[in-house]
Amino acid sequence: MRLEIDGLTKRFGSFTANDRIDLTVEPGEIHALLGENGAGKSTLMNQLYGLLDPDAGEIRLDGEPVHFKGPGDAIDAGIGMVHQHFMLVPVFTVADNVTLGREQTGLPGVLSRRKARALVRELSERYGLKVDPDAKVADISVGVEQRVEILKALLNDAELLILDEPTAVLTPQEIEELFVIMRQLRDEGKSIVFITHKLKEVQAIADRITVIRRGKVVETVEPSASENRLAELMVGRSVSLTVSKAPAKPAAEPTLEINDLTVIDDRGLAVVKEVSLDVRGGEILGIAGVQGNGQTELVKALLGLVRPAAGSIRISGREISRQGPAESLRHGIGYVPEDRQHDGFVGTFTVAENLVLDLYHNDEYSSGIVLNLAKIAANAERQIVDFDIRTQGPSTPAGSLSGGNQQKVILARELSRPLRLLVASQPTRGLDVGSIEFVHKRIVEERDQGTAVLFVSTELDEIAALSDRVAVMYDGRVVDIVDPSTPREDLGLLMAGATPAHEGAANV
Amino acid sequence: MSDPSTATDRPETPPEGRPSAAALVQSWLPSIKLTFLSIVLALAVGAVLIIVSNDDVLSKFNYFFQDPVDGLSAAINAVGDTYWALLKGAFGSQEAISSTLERAAPLMVAGLGVTLAFRVGLFNIGAQGQLIMGAICAAYVGFTWDLPVGIHLIVSVLAGLIGGAIWGGVVGLLKAKTGAHEVIVTIMLNYVALSILRWLLTLEAFQVPGSNDPKSPVVDSSARFPDLLGIHTGVYVGFLTAIGVWWLLSRSTIGFEMRAVGANPDAARTAGINISKAYILVMLLAGMLAGLAGVEQVNGHEDPLTDGIAGSLGFDAITVALLGRGTPLGTVLAAILFGALDSGGRQMQAATGTPLDLTTVLQALIVLFVAAPALVRGVFRIRDREEGETVLAKGWS
Repeated sequence: MRLEIDGLTKRFGSFTANDRIDLTVEPGEIHALLGENGAGKSTLMNQLYGLLDPDAGEIRLDGEPVHFKGPGDAIDAGIGMVHQHFMLVPVFTVADNVTLGREQTGLPGVLSRRKARALVRELSERYGLKVDPDAKVADISVGVEQRVEILKALLNDAELLILDEPTAVLTPQEIEELFVIMRQLRDEGKSIVFITHKLKEVQAIADRITVIRRGKVVETVEPSASENRLAELMVGRSVSLTVSKAPAKPAAEPTLEINDLTVIDDRGLAVVKEVSLDVRGGEILGIAGVQGNGQTELVKALLGLVRPAAGSIRISGREISRQGPAESLRHGIGYVPEDRQHDGFVGTFTVAENLVLDLYHNDEYSSGIVLNLAKIAANAERQIVDFDIRTQGPSTPAGSLSGGNQQKVILARELSRPLRLLVASQPTRGLDVGSIEFVHKRIVEERDQGTAVLFVSTELDEIAALSDRVAVMYDGRVVDIVDPSTPREDLGLLMAGATPAHEGAANV
Repeated sequence: MSDPSTATDRPETPPEGRPSAAALVQSWLPSIKLTFLSIVLALAVGAVLIIVSNDDVLSKFNYFFQDPVDGLSAAINAVGDTYWALLKGAFGSQEAISSTLERAAPLMVAGLGVTLAFRVGLFNIGAQGQLIMGAICAAYVGFTWDLPVGIHLIVSVLAGLIGGAIWGGVVGLLKAKTGAHEVIVTIMLNYVALSILRWLLTLEAFQVPGSNDPKSPVVDSSARFPDLLGIHTGVYVGFLTAIGVWWLLSRSTIGFEMRAVGANPDAARTAGINISKAYILVMLLAGMLAGLAGVEQVNGHEDPLTDGIAGSLGFDAITVALLGRGTPLGTVLAAILFGALDSGGRQMQAATGTPLDLTTVLQALIVLFVAAPALVRGVFRIRDREEGETVLAKGWS
């Protein structure tokens, strides 16, 4: 299907989210829509999917102008959308989910599971989307869930597929598998719109790339364009994709000592197994690993959010593993949580309140139980300038900021007190290039002030760029501690659980 | 949106950095408007009820098509008279105003208890039971102990506060230590409190000497709230308490913790806030506030203890808190509205013969419309989908 978008404009009040967008997607093409968060990609696709009404402009499918009143119209016209957050019923099977809304019946009104299963099998074989029709969605991995979503769209005879940030939740291997599927769909003649802000991915998969910035199409380029050029188009200025940092000057004594730490989760399984690590002041230890190999639990134990079953955690020699988060913070741990919406800030609180969320007890911001609102506001004014937080003001609810600015609020708060150890978990996940650059810079600055930094990331690029040493986790264990210059293939093998070449180095 | 154009023209904030009064009004405007329209809509529906319950008007409607003017003017007169009597009975004289405020006071303080718990994310259905326990303790001290004027009142009030606080605190403790759901626990404790009251009223110590009725003596005059400007001083205590709750929520570290726990317990825990402590503390305070409502009845309204001492106050308090949208000021205004309907309703019944039940219907309708903002918007064709309705949406489902 050939999609033409012509002069599409969408305004929200005085803010123009899409400004005369022109875009053509040819049949059998993977067209990447590249832009920072808030650039207007989602607004554009929501208009295409009938969720928003354009203020001006036209959408044509195979030359015919269309006007959608809702997603139902868009689906009927052959448009399928795979949302960033999946819309599946966890307790239903894969086959039930795929046929939801188009239930297969034997006798009228009687569900036929057999037909549904056969249909899902047929579709999955035809497009190479491997799924088990009888598995419960609650039990399958995120990558497979995504395939189920794609199958759902294909069942509705989608000719144009919109994939909204499809790789954000996937492991590197799953991303590769997704790309194979996307190529296969393209070869079948489907058109694919691939929304992302990751440069490497568009270069790997896209046939053409349209870059959007602040609601306008900047340029449509070929995938052969260099990474720096793409980043520049996307951000509007030249950005450095590498982190510039001086060699680490670590202190002699470790700030953080973890010894034989074991964490057992709610189901009674050991998720962190006898982990021992040291981090010294003035160095960055990166923890690499595929999501779900114990990194989350390790960090939670560090913060006192879960109680370890065995082992010890010492900060400057003091044991803190069984004291709770308040004590961990008091001992000088700064924390940038993995799930910032959930754990990092209070969405309905103002920016000013969030900037003192774990500092309000300090004499600076309160005396006794009386909050010092003037000081809290002054702090906010200062941090908004220092960290370039884009907000309408200190009294704006933090929940209304963009992801990058929310992260800046958290970072500003955590770095505004004297730290011994900074723990940053996936600090740049979901952020745009400009914000990533900023976050990296601040973390390196904190290291240069002599703070020990432990950071967790599933992105190998980030690990390699930021770390002074890299610990690789697999299945709850630290399999090896290596130099960040280690070839990516070797790191990838370690992440997949391969035993290190030099035995005995694991517990350094 | 990280749109730089919105970032550069930040609105000027006052020197102390607090949102200006105008900005504050601005942000509350949608919900104020919605509440006001809900009241208008409830009055409109109430008007229909007035008409169909008025025999005189109905008989004139029998020849509506011969003489519509007669029927319509009778209907308009009936509605006008009824609402006028309602208004006069609520605010028309010094006595009316004191009656309104004295009825509002217990609703207000118990409502503040519900509001406070709600801000921590707890749905306190137990105001009724906490109120009963407060009333029992205050009344017992009030009619058995023999203390000097003033001191007797203070001791009796404190006893009521402690009684309510214990009844609420138990809920917080169970929630924090065992994870018991506060809704279930509070509902059950309401029954327990009522049963304790009924049992106590069978004891001689709680009955009027020489009588077997399940009814206690009224508290001694030394334990009563004295009158000031025609209103018992318990009402002033209620207003001061409201200011105290507002201050606690918005100006203290304790309130900061409470609001953080209510809005996002995970982030609060990560920031080192002790959630269990917040739950226990807020339920102690909520119980204390409901206990104060019992004190208002016993020491202010001078009600004897009977098994009807709480009436439906504890449940109306939930309604008042809902109408007040989780803010102390809103709760106070909602309580005054309910007090006015209560007090004016009596006058209305006496003057126009419209049954008192109308005010109950009005109360219910107002809350119903507030809870269904889409309905109100549809009726008045309002387009804005601003906040206001979302304030309570999450906890009351």
